[in-house]
Amino acid sequence: MFSFINNSKIFSITSKAPKYVFFIFVIVLCIGLIEALVLSPKDYIQSHSVRIMYVHVPSAWIAVGIFLFIGILSFGSLIFKNKNFSIISKSLAPSGLIFNITALVTGSIWGKPTWGTWWAWDSRITSMLILCLFYFMYILAWRIIEDKTRADQITSIIAIFGLINIPIIKFSVDWWSTLHQPSSIKLMENSTIHPSMLLPLTLMTAAFALFSILIFLMKYNTELIKIKNKGLDRL
Amino acid sequence: MMQEILLMEGYGSYVWSAFGFTLISFFILFRIIKIQYVKEQNRFNAKFQRLSYNQKELAKNQKIYREVLSDISASKI
Repeated sequence: MFSFINNSKIFSITSKAPKYVFFIFVIVLCIGLIEALVLSPKDYIQSHSVRIMYVHVPSAWIAVGIFLFIGILSFGSLIFKNKNFSIISKSLAPSGLIFNITALVTGSIWGKPTWGTWWAWDSRITSMLILCLFYFMYILAWRIIEDKTRADQITSIIAIFGLINIPIIKFSVDWWSTLHQPSSIKLMENSTIHPSMLLPLTLMTAAFALFSILIFLMKYNTELIKIKNKGLDRL
Repeated sequence: MMQEILLMEGYGSYVWSAFGFTLISFFILFRIIKIQYVKEQNRFNAKFQRLSYNQKELAKNQKIYREVLSDISASKI
């Protein structure tokens, strides 16, 4: 099973893709920044501080999305013993961690003018902090455990445990009374956000997604070359 | 106009620091991953140069090594 996942085929794609992804990322980011910082309107209550949403929300979405993906792949890695799943998961983790930290820091910056405090032990913020700890544990486990098979198993278990936190993050605003407002963007229902704010939010989300793909590709190539380096010793 | 964008009615310091932090984080992560990538490529290259002629030919016949070798010369990002 999964014999179609061939390292040489994957490497031929992933080694050429970063430069294209990089250029698209720069273009989308520039347009997104102009929209977010200049063209989008201010909020009638939050004024210009609402612009922080354009970096805070995409960062949080991508951090959660990446961890969800890592968790699913880790599950697959434990069941199917596919080495590629663990390499993909390992390569996704750094950008996931950075997006998680960005979401926490920009959220804290946004909290000061909006709520009057840099930090609150609100259920959404706390569950995002727990996600950040899972990212740290995941990356640290890969770094400190020498035996790679053992590291693969332990990191997979960490990621699967971390999956429990994902629905908590998503539904925390519905389950508990928190400082965070309920979701403005819904997939199944009409969104309550104005199109003039939805456009920069979409552009910035696209730019951040492209950045995470870029980092993933570079990290994935590094991991593949690392494996091939070890292979040269056996020639 | 310019002053309005910079000050944002007193929220400028919050907005710019949030955007600044994000972009600086991106730049740092990109540099770290890039350095690791180049380091690993150079290590591979050095190791490959030390191989005997037969070992080099053997490696070149394997598709994944061919891809890695072509990437070392082609990658700019």
